Amino acid sequence: MTKLVYFAWVRERIGKGEEEISLPAEVITVGDLLNHLKTLGEEYETALQFPEAIRVAIDMEHADHDEPIAGAREIGLFPPMTGG
Amino acid sequence: MTSPFVKVQREDFDLQAEIDRLTNGRRDIGAVVTFSGLCRDEGGTLGALELEHYPGMAEAEITRIAKLAIERFELRGLTAMHRYGKIAPGENIVLVVAAASHRQAAFDGANFVMDFLKTSAPFWKKEHAKDGQEGDWVSAKDADDAARAKWADEK
Repeated sequence: MTKLVYFAWVRERIGKGEEEISLPAEVITVGDLLNHLKTLGEEYETALQFPEAIRVAIDMEHADHDEPIAGAREIGLFPPMTGG
Repeated sequence: MTSPFVKVQREDFDLQAEIDRLTNGRRDIGAVVTFSGLCRDEGGTLGALELEHYPGMAEAEITRIAKLAIERFELRGLTAMHRYGKIAPGENIVLVVAAASHRQAAFDGANFVMDFLKTSAPFWKKEHAKDGQEGDWVSAKDADDAARAKWADEK
């Protein structure tokens, strides 16, 4: 099981702040994860329809879409940051 | 090396108290630059900003940026604080206090921290209109990415 956490409009569109899901073996990279999530339902499709706009953190560190997710305890999905 | 003081909190902060925290009892600091970011009312249309953050990662990311700044500009002290929750126009959002031997390092240190914080610390802003209507999430700006990129060019 992998813990996923969502923030800002990604959270609103998916309709929850976090969840634990089991990922198929063929989900290797961050990009694979985004593609897989899109198959889970309309709300995921809406949230992730422009994957290039989604930022990802693996165990609270920024990760590129081609990075492997093996061993991740928590994966965060969110829009580009707008703090400050 | 100096350790940064980093805090992510709902409550407001006190600028003078944070300057004192860095400078009290010190004789080696020649310059303190303070930057504070406030919530604008956007021409009277904005009722509040709602700031969401990624607990844990927000602190870790600001600390990482602050350590880079201390090393790069040889800062004698650095404080970075960021608020979350609902913030009304006129209220503080973010504070950076950079202390150094000389002014240029203090200015550059504060500027560097803000440029990186805006583009990589996990915070998001949602606008609430003055009439109470929930508005849109603020979009990230290309100008902020450009501001961050300039630090690589200057190396």
